[in-house]
Amino acid sequence: MLGYIARRLVQLVPVLLGVSVLVFFGMHLLPGDVAQLLLGDKGTEADLQRLRHQLGLDRPVYVQYARFLAGAVHGDFGVSIRTRQPAIWEIGQALPVTVELSLAALLFAVAAGLAVGILAARHPRSALDAGAMVGVLIGVSMPVFWTGILLLLVFGGILGWLPLGSLLDEGMRFHRITGMSLVDGLLTGDWAVVRSSVRHLILPAVALGLTSMATIARMARSTMLEALGLDYVRTARAKGVPEPRVVSHHALRNALLPVVTLVGLQLGLLLSGAVLTETIFALPGLGRLAITSILARDYPVVQGVVLIAAAVFVLANLLVDVLYAYLDPRIRYG
Amino acid sequence: MADEAGVRAAASGRTPPAARRRAAALSWRRLARSPHLVVGAAILALVVGSAAFARALAPHSPVDQAFTEQLRPPSAAHPFGTDEFGRDVFSRVLYGARIALVVGILADGIAMALGIVLGTVAGYFGGWVEATAMRTVDVMLAFPYLLLAMIVVAILGPSLTNAMIAIGIVYTPQFARLVRGAVLAIREQEFVEAARALGAGPIRVLGRHVLPNILSPIIVVATLTVGFAIVETAGLSFLGLGASPPTPEWGSMLATGRSYMLTAPWIATFPGLAILVTVVAFNLMGDGLRDLLDPRLRGRGF
Repeated sequence: MLGYIARRLVQLVPVLLGVSVLVFFGMHLLPGDVAQLLLGDKGTEADLQRLRHQLGLDRPVYVQYARFLAGAVHGDFGVSIRTRQPAIWEIGQALPVTVELSLAALLFAVAAGLAVGILAARHPRSALDAGAMVGVLIGVSMPVFWTGILLLLVFGGILGWLPLGSLLDEGMRFHRITGMSLVDGLLTGDWAVVRSSVRHLILPAVALGLTSMATIARMARSTMLEALGLDYVRTARAKGVPEPRVVSHHALRNALLPVVTLVGLQLGLLLSGAVLTETIFALPGLGRLAITSILARDYPVVQGVVLIAAAVFVLANLLVDVLYAYLDPRIRYG
Repeated sequence: MADEAGVRAAASGRTPPAARRRAAALSWRRLARSPHLVVGAAILALVVGSAAFARALAPHSPVDQAFTEQLRPPSAAHPFGTDEFGRDVFSRVLYGARIALVVGILADGIAMALGIVLGTVAGYFGGWVEATAMRTVDVMLAFPYLLLAMIVVAILGPSLTNAMIAIGIVYTPQFARLVRGAVLAIREQEFVEAARALGAGPIRVLGRHVLPNILSPIIVVATLTVGFAIVETAGLSFLGLGASPPTPEWGSMLATGRSYMLTAPWIATFPGLAILVTVVAFNLMGDGLRDLLDPRLRGRGF
């Protein structure tokens, strides 16, 4: 197992190198001179030359790439053109927000998806099943940015039950440990922060997780339906195991495997959706940072965000594969 | 997929007329038995109709502003209300269908064309060609989709056309992988070998013998992808990286509607509903086609 993980980690190196090449040269194709962007309108030609030299922009492009890569390995992506903060600091502020949001969305998607899927599978071809499957079809097709707007309108605007976006109540601060407000609130025992973060997290998490939830429900229904028809489940029923236990202890474990694969596939969707969800709910996460930096042509931050996001994404996929091996003893990666 | 008749037809490069008629009759009967496909096609026909006849159906111009009619709720004159410039939301949604369909289908076409080229070349030639193509695909898959699209748009410059190209690039890997797998499975079959033995060059073998036999899964995935391509392009426009005002594009309509969410919720509600309906249509059709063309997959999904 450890050997497998090590080999997979080694395989990540060329992929991330590829990403870095793509991002670096992509950013080089961007119109506009970086030195000019940094300097604004006030610099003279001599200032411009000096700055170009300082940034190494007068060097050959492969030297620039090597310097970028050497910096990136140490987490140094340069200084943000927009805020003059180190890019890595900006990313460090934003990443926990996105991670917390994505995890909350995933939690909702898996819990609600399994519940709906199992319920539908236990009453196949009933009204409940049909209703659930129509709901699933709509859920899969809902654009995440529209779901977000509707949720805000209904639960934030009309009913007024939940806040209209942002991370915490206005003026509220929390003691930073992980940067995830809910986790830090729990760690420091600050219940006001915990309460506020949960209230602020519900709507974005549901909006972001809805598509994944529908996909998981669909898969859970069909695998559960299959599992419930198998011989060993009949045996379990025949020896008098109560139905809820048949479902939870016998069928579910086998039905869960394809769902785990699906969760892995959903990660890309969640990280993509996070950009839109963060925009709608005004959350200062990685997606929000990506879009503001792209619009402002803040290339050091864009490069950093993309590399970090790609690394998080491929590592999360690796984690899913490992989890898969753990759940299915038949799979032993040698 | 490649039954005996299909193999023979593929080897000769054309389908005998009788067989073609039989196949058509068969698929019409099967078609009617696939409710997903029928319902999906019906909804899609509605969307295509709105797009095609937008000029006749729309009661107002989609771009003309009327400052006396700002932010009016839905009424007989304006079934979907008016937006912040007094434009008729219903007319804008109708014209938006044109943009969504054209952009979605073209983006999907770009992805399919690039993916087919990458996938067939990789699968057929193998060796370093395959290694290069597939490692490139791996790198593309290491990006969360929307982030990759955002970078492509950043490089090309924000516009609807570039958003479309970006989404096309983003969906290329899935076609490339699918096609490569199918080509690998079919490459060693006897009719392909026979064609090669008869002296057919790689382009003829790929175009005439390999591609026709792997079309079904490509069609299924392409249909499902159109819907997602529409959503993603709308998403790019929503972020300000696609259509620019006053283009009646659903994503950018949602973006402005968001600012008026509490005072004029209809501005954001109807374009979103239009996206949902269109995507549902493509998803239903994709599911139906999958059941029809690829019976092994039947029962997966729902």
